[in-house]
Parts: sequence; C-alpha cells; structure tokens
Amino acid sequence: MNIHEYQAKNIFRRFGVRVPNGRVVFTKEMAIEAIREVGLPCAIKAQIHAGGRGKSGGIKIVEDIDEAVKAVDELLGKEIVTYQTGKRGKIVSKLLIEEAVRIKKEYYVGIVLDRQKALPVMMVSPEGGVEIEEIARRSPESIRKFYAFPGYGFQQFQFREMTYFLGLSGSQCKKCVSVLTGLYNVYRRSDATLVEVNPLVLTEEGELIAIDAKINIDDNALFRHPEYEEMVDESEIDPLELEASRYKLNYIRLDGNVGCMVNGAGLAMATMDIIKYYGGEPANFLDIGGIASADTIAHGFELLMSDKNVRAVLINIFGGIVRCDRVANGIVSALENVDMKVPLVIRLRGTNAEIARDILNKSGFSFNVCETLDEAAKLAIDLAKS
Amino acid sequence: MSILVDENTRVIVQGITGKEGTFHTEKMIEYGTRVVAGVTPGKGGKKTDFGIPIFNTVKEAKLSTGANASVIFVPPKFAADAILEAIDAGIEVVVCITEGIPANDMIKVYHRLKESKTWLIGPNCPGIISPGKCKIGIMPGFIHRPGCVGVISRSGTLTYEAVSQITARGFGQSTCIGIGGDPIVGSRFVDLLPLFEQDRETDLIVLIGEIGGNAEEEVAKLVKKGYSKPIVAYIAGITAPPGRRMGHAGAIIMGGKGTAREKINLLRDAGVTVVDSPAMIGEAVEKILKGNV
Repeated sequence: MNIHEYQAKNIFRRFGVRVPNGRVVFTKEMAIEAIREVGLPCAIKAQIHAGGRGKSGGIKIVEDIDEAVKAVDELLGKEIVTYQTGKRGKIVSKLLIEEAVRIKKEYYVGIVLDRQKALPVMMVSPEGGVEIEEIARRSPESIRKFYAFPGYGFQQFQFREMTYFLGLSGSQCKKCVSVLTGLYNVYRRSDATLVEVNPLVLTEEGELIAIDAKINIDDNALFRHPEYEEMVDESEIDPLELEASRYKLNYIRLDGNVGCMVNGAGLAMATMDIIKYYGGEPANFLDIGGIASADTIAHGFELLMSDKNVRAVLINIFGGIVRCDRVANGIVSALENVDMKVPLVIRLRGTNAEIARDILNKSGFSFNVCETLDEAAKLAIDLAKS
Repeated sequence: MSILVDENTRVIVQGITGKEGTFHTEKMIEYGTRVVAGVTPGKGGKKTDFGIPIFNTVKEAKLSTGANASVIFVPPKFAADAILEAIDAGIEVVVCITEGIPANDMIKVYHRLKESKTWLIGPNCPGIISPGKCKIGIMPGFIHRPGCVGVISRSGTLTYEAVSQITARGFGQSTCIGIGGDPIVGSRFVDLLPLFEQDRETDLIVLIGEIGGNAEEEVAKLVKKGYSKPIVAYIAGITAPPGRRMGHAGAIIMGGKGTAREKINLLRDAGVTVVDSPAMIGEAVEKILKGNV
C-alpha cells in the first residue's frame, strides 16, 4: 500500500522524527491560508502516489505570495506525468504547503527488506538529494548498507556507525542517532516494506529534518493496522482497478488491446507475455483467482468491457481444483447478463475440459474455443487487429 | 526415487477442520497420500469424517502417529505461528499453502528455519508432489505422471500448465515443487536444485521463475559453478510494468531490479535453456531428453 508524503510525515512525527511545519490543502483558498500560516518562503508540493515529482515540476519553492499563488494555480487540478506514472499521469488534488528550511547538507536514508538475506537493510549516504539509483551509479562508495540482526533488529552501535559514516559530529551525532532510531521504529512498527527519506537535511541552524518522506506498507500486514484504512486515497487508484479490488479481482490496466482473463497470477503474466511474443499487446493483467464462479467471471467481463481499448478477449483457464465445466457454465451465464461487444477466445485445460467445450459449443453464443495456448494467443491477436 | 516426499511420507494437516483443510485432505487421501493426523487447537481427541485423529498440538500429533511431514491450511494471521510450531516439533518437511503472511512474520520464521533441519516449502504455494507416491498440497493430481523431470516453480497454475505440457509429450515427473510467490520463502531454487542433482531418477529440471527478487540470479550463479543436469527455464513477466505487484507479493520490479529480461540473460549466459514462450516448455524438454537417449 502506498501513502502520501503528508501521511508519511504524520507517522514520522509520531515516532519523533522531525519534519517541516506544514499543512495539506485541497483548494486554492485553503492553500493561501496555509501559506500565510506557514510563512514565506515556503515549499508547495503536489501529493501524488509517484516518484519523480521534483523533476516533473510537482514541487515548487516560492519566495513571495504572488509566486505562491501562481504555483498553486499551476499545480492544483493539473495532471503531472513522471517516469513512474505512465503516460496517463496523475491529477493533483492535494498540496502540501511547508515552511522552507535553510539547507546546509543533504543525506539519504532508506530502509527496505533484503529478500535474499530475509532481513531489513538500512542504506545511508552523505550524497542525498538525488535518486538512490543515481548515487549508486555515480559514487557507489558513498552508500553504505547495514543489516539488522535476526530476531533483534538494528542496534544503537549501528546507528552510531551510520552517523559517523554520514560525517556528522559533535552535538549533531545524538540527534542523528535519534532520527535513525525513529525511522527504524517507523519501519518495524508500521509493517513497512520501505521507508525512505531523501533528503534528510542538516539545516543552517544545526537541526536534522526529513524534508521528504516515503513509506510503503506491506499489504499482507494491513489486518493488524486498522489505522491505515483511512489513509487509502481512492482517487489515486485507477477507477477500473478500484472496481476490481471491490470484487477481490487482481487487475492491472495496461495500454494494449487484447483483454485477458486468467486464473492464477503466474499464468496471467505468462498469458500477457505470449500475446506480446506473437506481436500483440495485452490490455491488462487479470487474475480471477481460484474460485472462478459465474459472478467473478461476470465482474471480470464488465471490467474488460469498461476498457475502451479492448478489441478482443482471451480467456485462459487451467482447471485444477476448479473444474472446467463449472468455469464454462460460469462463462455462459455471465454472457447472459453482460453485453460482450468484442470477439471472445476461450482456452480451457485441465479437469473436465471436454465437457466444458461441449457446454460452450451448445450454448448458442459464438466463441472461438482453442486447444493450445499458442493457438489461442495468435487468434486473439488477429481478432483484435480486424 | 524422488525428492523430499515419497510413499513412506506420513502427513499431518494443520488446520484440518477448516474449509480448505477439509477439502484438500480428502483430495490428498484420494491421491494416496498417507494423511495420519490433523491438528486444530481445541479439537484434540476428536476425529474427522474420514476417521483421522485430531490433536491439539503438532508435538502430540507427531508423537502419536510418527508423522514426518505437515501441510498448513491456517489463516495468514496464525500461519507463521503454525510453521514455527511444526519446526519446533521437528517435522522434516513443512508445506505452507497459506497466502498473505506478513513479511515481518516470515523474517522470524526464516531465521528459525535456518537453525533447524526442517525443509519449508512455501508459503503461498501449491505444495509438493512426487507423482504416484505422495501429494502434499492443492495441485490437481491427475495431470502428473511418474517420470524423470523435476519441476520447481514460483507459481501455481503456470506450473500445472508446464506439467501438463510435459505429460502430453509422454514424459513424467520425479517431484514437482511450488516454492511460493512471496518475497521470503522457506526453500529457494538454489536450495532444491542440489537435491534434484543427487536424485538418480531426475534427468532434467524445469524451472519456472518470474519477475522480482533474485532467486533466478542465484540459479545462474549456481549453474555457472557447475550443475550436472540440464535445466529448461521459463521466466514470467516480460510484459509486467515496473513498481506493480503482479498478483504474487514477490512479483514486483523495484528500482529497475528483478526484470524478466535481466534474469533470462543471466540464465542463458550460464547455459540454461530459457524458452521465450510459456507454450514451448514441453517441446524444449522433449528435445533435450530425446537427444540424450
């Protein structure tokens, strides 16, 4: 689960990590009021679920009120396209207005799960302010990794080592150890998969402040964090994907024209891949899961039909525990309720596949029933072209 | 032969009285698996409709029945605890089917597991089957047949697809293992490949990977150092957009790492036969096995 910068900063505050004074606003009036309250100069930051805002004009530092009003007009309600949003971009509906701080030095701090070691890893660098990938390219020696102890987590001496590596000294050391401890507590206690501060800044006044804040939360752990439910921002989710999640369907929208409906995530990815392999473009990833009831299939069809790019639909089901005859009945009864405007290619393999083909052939609807994955993919691509 | 499980494996079902547990216990017994006990805390002393004794704890179940494997159908909230209980009881092979266990819980499990002698398969996996001998999991038994191909996969239905292609070409499987789609799993490709290498019945391994993590990169390293049996691989997710979780919690490209293209190149470079399309797995297996005969 992704949350906004302002939400992440609220969590930081709770764990004693300093962030700039700021307010989140939804309208121009609120923005102007917030700017008066926070004072000038200030930072005006678009709140969208995508990285790369800075480079795409989503963050503006303003000196006076005229500049501030202009920045608000340029951001609020406008679309921002970054390298992470895809072509469609994100509409800005929230701004974070923050006091500007006087920066002396910028650092990078990130905590993620290292899958290979099955441990959290903390990465720190004194070269903050640019993306970590770029730091890694330009000066890999300036990034140091620290691993948590299995069962015990990070220790104070590790936070001290990080602090000295960052080059802090004197009274700032204590502050830095406390910030790093706080960030690790954020990671641990909120079941995060990522906590990233870039940059953490040392101000001219000698304070350490997290200017940016990013937290991703483990979806599997949401059951023990009811407090995150209210942080879900539905306006950030593709409307079709939101609809899909209500029916517990796993759907991701892409840019192609061959709609796919598959049972199982791996097979769903493989189905997209084979469409691409034969020169087509998949319109989506859709895993209808292990149940594949008439209801799920009907919702799946509705989703695929709501995507105006879809020109043909490929259904690929491997019946294991789910019997193909039941899936076939599901498809037929779904078609009685959903208006399918595009040709349908169906491939059912596994338990009772022959009975299933019989049911489809006798249903009176026109399908293209295929035997192999190859055949089905090629046919769906051809039909999408015509 | 086969690896990890065979006709002598005696299985406990943890969560045997739940809906999934009940259903799949029946299917496993139908297949011929020796299910000897069930565990549901609070229901100890009773029996299931099939006459399988239920115990309150794994230790009791193991002591009374001599079980050496367990399969877990417990909700995600309690699944990590169930795995730890099985490890603590000294169960040799633990298969966790449960999907949706928090990563932090699995960190705990993983490090406990490494200190033990237990093999953990999963979580979030279809399980393990040695065709004709023993099926521990939720895969459809009938698509398999005994033979010489070892199968290891991060996926479920895609594995069934691969297995049915192998069977359709007249070959069978020694053991098929779904290692699971989560970021942290108990057994990785590189943990299991040496077992297949030592298994006299296995002539070739089919490996099904996907985007995210570096399990396939580890395989490339292992094979480069020297692996004595041919491997046919397919990596799913060449069309997957970065930053999106493709169903499985572990199937995500982060920071430009874990792409299908990168994995395919590394595996090919190490000498693994990587097929471009998921429909070509059976064909590639046949080519290599016929060439060897």
